[in-house]
Amino acid sequence: MSRKKRVLVGKVGLDGHDRGAKVIARALRDAGFEVIYSGLHQTPAMLAATAVQEAVDCVGVSILSGAHGTLLPALVQELAQRDAPEIFVFGGGVIPQDDIPGLVKAGVRRIFTPGTSTTEVVEYLTQEIENG
Amino acid sequence: MTRVAKVLAGSVRAAAQLMRDLDDGVPAARLELARLHPHTGNAFVLGVTGNPGSGKSTLVDVLIANYRAQGLRVGCLAVDPTSPFTGGAILGDRVRMTRHALDEGVFIRSVATRGALGGVSRSTADMVHVLDAMGVDVVIVETVGVGQAEVDIIRLAHTTAVVLVPGLGDDVQAIKAGLMEIADVFVVNKSDSPGAHRVVKSLTMLRDLEGARPDGWVPRVVETVGTEGLGIDALVAAVESHREHLANGAGNPRAAARARLEIEAAARVLVDEGITAAGNLEALVERVVARELDPYSAAREILESR
Repeated sequence: MSRKKRVLVGKVGLDGHDRGAKVIARALRDAGFEVIYSGLHQTPAMLAATAVQEAVDCVGVSILSGAHGTLLPALVQELAQRDAPEIFVFGGGVIPQDDIPGLVKAGVRRIFTPGTSTTEVVEYLTQEIENG
Repeated sequence: MTRVAKVLAGSVRAAAQLMRDLDDGVPAARLELARLHPHTGNAFVLGVTGNPGSGKSTLVDVLIANYRAQGLRVGCLAVDPTSPFTGGAILGDRVRMTRHALDEGVFIRSVATRGALGGVSRSTADMVHVLDAMGVDVVIVETVGVGQAEVDIIRLAHTTAVVLVPGLGDDVQAIKAGLMEIADVFVVNKSDSPGAHRVVKSLTMLRDLEGARPDGWVPRVVETVGTEGLGIDALVAAVESHREHLANGAGNPRAAARARLEIEAAARVLVDEGITAAGNLEALVERVVARELDPYSAAREILESR
């Protein structure tokens, strides 16, 4: 018996560009993950409710709108409020280096900056999920 | 509080975690399911199946809205395919259902087929039972996009709706075996597209040609435009009249047939797991290759060593 890894990949807020999210979703699929894709224009509360219903290991959010400082910490809090603090949050998109320490402090597990290879994302998530 | 108690109290979190364990074949989770079993049998299970792109997810979205307007709690299992090459999956049916994301009366779970070929995963029946036990009134099971012969949905559903769209073939397609035989309700979706009336006509002719099913039910034909919500009241009414038909006695033989199929499927899962777990498999392989043993005798040794 082996545990199938499950990941929610989502888009929050007004940003309608989901190429990056779809690239990550495909890379994770090819690595054997079950990837739930949320669609566009979700709120942090909607993503957290979906993550709980889907019993995923983690939620990945792609943000290109500049609103990461509000949306990602809000998602972490929404998950905690739903008694699901162990579902971890990671992010990607255009997020400036300077903003990363603040996001990590707010409970975001990892931010992937532009240029990160999909292999690196897959390896990181595999390790984080397998280590619990 | 145990997880079983939490599920019975309606906890989405506990039910979702249990479903995941059942999907992964965790033995302890099956014991929990056994304890939930006496509390099941109350939910109505509607199967929605049909070709890829026929609009199943969109129809399910409007069906959920319709049942919610009636004050019913709704569970939805949306099945999408697992890659046979990598074991991974992209599950995207929820994209059409996001307006229900914050409704506490709606529980949507994406399910990957994980190698099953009948349109649903092996675990889908287990997940239906979990939703049933947690007090959901209606469970909608959306299969993967299917072709002609993936009919496992009848193992789960009280009522099966087969969704068809114009433009997929002539009327000979409609008299073929398989999918066409399992419909309690035929849904001609995208009925504003050219050719829709011909599909309705050939389905109605087929229905009249075949007459009533052995249990007396005459399949309904309903036209819808899912994206506009058109025809949904008629679809819900057709489903409801089939449900009444079942309640008036026709449901009992079907319940027995479903239970029989489910027991057989569960037995196959246990046998499969036994084969995977068999410690003596490699030794048997060598003996069969060396012609000391034939495959059937080897299989018998595996089953008897459990």
